Amino acid sequence: MRFDLPNGDYVQALQDVSLELAQGELLSVLGPSGCGKTTLLNIVAGFLAPTSGDITLNGHAVTEPNAERGMVFQQGALFEWMSVRDNVSFGPRMAGKPQSEWGANVDHLLDVVGLQDFKEKAIYELSGGMQQRVALARCLANDPDVILMDEPLGALDALTREKMQGLVLKLWKETGKTIILITHSVEEALLLGERLLVMAPRPGRIHKEYRLPFADLGVGADLREVKKHPEFNERREEILGMIWDMEEEIMGRTEGEA
Amino acid sequence: MIPFLIYIVIFIVAFLVVRTVTDQAQKGFNARKTVTFGDESAVRSNRVASVISILTLFLLWGTFTGSSLLPGFLHMPGAFTGTTTFEYTARADDGSEDTATVTVLVHPAQEDADAPEVDPGDGWAKNDAAAIGAYRSGLIRVDRNDEKGRDQGHQIIAVNGQPIAPGGEVFVDNARLGMSEKGTLNFVPAKGWQMEAIWLPPPEKVVERLGEIASSGYRDSTLWEHLGFSLFRVIVGFVCGALVGIPLGYAMGLSGWFRGWFDPIVEFMRPVPPLALIPLIIIWFGIGENGKIILLFLAALWIMAIAARAGVSGVAISKVHAAYSLGASKWQIMRHVIVPNSLPEIFTGARVAMGVCWGTVVAAELVAAEQGAGMMIMVASKFQLTDIVILGIILIGIIGFGIDVLMRMGERWLVPWKGKI
Repeated sequence: MRFDLPNGDYVQALQDVSLELAQGELLSVLGPSGCGKTTLLNIVAGFLAPTSGDITLNGHAVTEPNAERGMVFQQGALFEWMSVRDNVSFGPRMAGKPQSEWGANVDHLLDVVGLQDFKEKAIYELSGGMQQRVALARCLANDPDVILMDEPLGALDALTREKMQGLVLKLWKETGKTIILITHSVEEALLLGERLLVMAPRPGRIHKEYRLPFADLGVGADLREVKKHPEFNERREEILGMIWDMEEEIMGRTEGEA
Repeated sequence: MIPFLIYIVIFIVAFLVVRTVTDQAQKGFNARKTVTFGDESAVRSNRVASVISILTLFLLWGTFTGSSLLPGFLHMPGAFTGTTTFEYTARADDGSEDTATVTVLVHPAQEDADAPEVDPGDGWAKNDAAAIGAYRSGLIRVDRNDEKGRDQGHQIIAVNGQPIAPGGEVFVDNARLGMSEKGTLNFVPAKGWQMEAIWLPPPEKVVERLGEIASSGYRDSTLWEHLGFSLFRVIVGFVCGALVGIPLGYAMGLSGWFRGWFDPIVEFMRPVPPLALIPLIIIWFGIGENGKIILLFLAALWIMAIAARAGVSGVAISKVHAAYSLGASKWQIMRHVIVPNSLPEIFTGARVAMGVCWGTVVAAELVAAEQGAGMMIMVASKFQLTDIVILGIILIGIIGFGIDVLMRMGERWLVPWKGKI
């Protein structure tokens, strides 16, 4: 993925990123800022067309956004002019389905994410954590094959975030969806990622890939117990060191250029 | 200057009185704040101050116009009316001096009155009499009935014992006496501190006039027809401007070709005040309804186009992305994401546009119109009907304020999420 700039210059945002994801896998992507995580996600979502290479899902190439790939954003992607229920039922309604088809499912999803008492509320009346639960439910109501999450919990406070991580794991197991999750929290990547991708910047590329047991351990369990797992700490230190080195490299280079 | 000083005194006194009288213990989340100076959120508009402020304006209006709504002791001293006298001392060529009295009847200017009868008195200078309207002035030729007239060098040398010369002046009871270059006395009755009704009518006169032109009309149209015509023009012009401007703004926000094509036009027309277009509009469309509606259309068009364009650019890209990945089509994105998301901007634009349109229609009617609030006050001003002018200004202000309140209510109803995200 290369961005050609008007002045003839270019930015190599991603280079040689190849990966294959099986049905029902949860992949978390981690990396220092500017390593192309979001660019990668935007390409997968179909918002950006790659300069070379291709994305294949269900046997066809990805060229534009589609309901088969749902997206959960960090914040502010809900429609404030609709009630919670209207937000969640947006996908089915846009597809022209009658209420009899989606009504029960939407109610069920709102129950699952714990918003049973807030179905008719306006979005601005909800807290940040509740809003992200609406975003999750909205995505699931459309029944996508792949869910793309762009730092979905990034704007939440630490306690709400832990609760939400449990919810994401629970929904993942219950629905069996394939999920790609972008985060800049090492703990979150370790806890949620069945597979974990560490990316390196300039140009954005895959630095290292892990297969982790914590996501399965964490389903239905106390996430704080999972964090006490000896391997968890080891991995965290390892990845933190990795990213630390990369950040240092970036800093050093900018200082050198200056 | 004096009304202004009185106003300041009332301001300060009211502040001190209200502060000592009312309960200082505030309630709510601001009550315990110790830092309030500089904390804008801790500043609450004082309702008592608002009420006193409005009452003060009417009080000042009443006292300086001698309003019958106020008890007499609150009136400023009015213009002098009644009979007053002064003495003058004249000298003739032969050196003889004589003194005589002048009796002046000062009568309300709109009534006629004859000079009072006076006894001529003795000596060669005879007593005089004159009638002069309040707020007016008059020359008094005291030498006319004197035995030694100007042919014998009649010359006034003092008034009430105070020496006077041509070009000079002397203050006597209830009047100022000036002397012209030729030596004639000019009698100016004391004006007091009240405004003459021709400059500023008292409030009750304005209310009276309201009833009069509401029932019998002014210039062949009733008051409601005048106001109705102005409102009709504003609403038709604004609606046309919005119907064209909003889609234009959306197109400019959604297509590079539209933006490139219309940007120079919109950016050029936006800073041109609509009032500057009036002459051209009159040349092209005359002074009838068409010209006015086109003028208001142009006044609203650019504001609404820019508001709609800003509304489109204000849509968070994540909302659009989210809608696309939920399977929405372009038309559905437009209908369910872009339009509702731009509503707050469009309402802000509509409020500005309505304000501009209301100002423009009044100005356009001032220039030329058969009916309308602006035409009413313009024609009234030519006949010095100050009460109609003031009435018109107040009604224009009330309607403009009413429009804004209605727009804000509509905004709260249609865009309840505004300012909450």
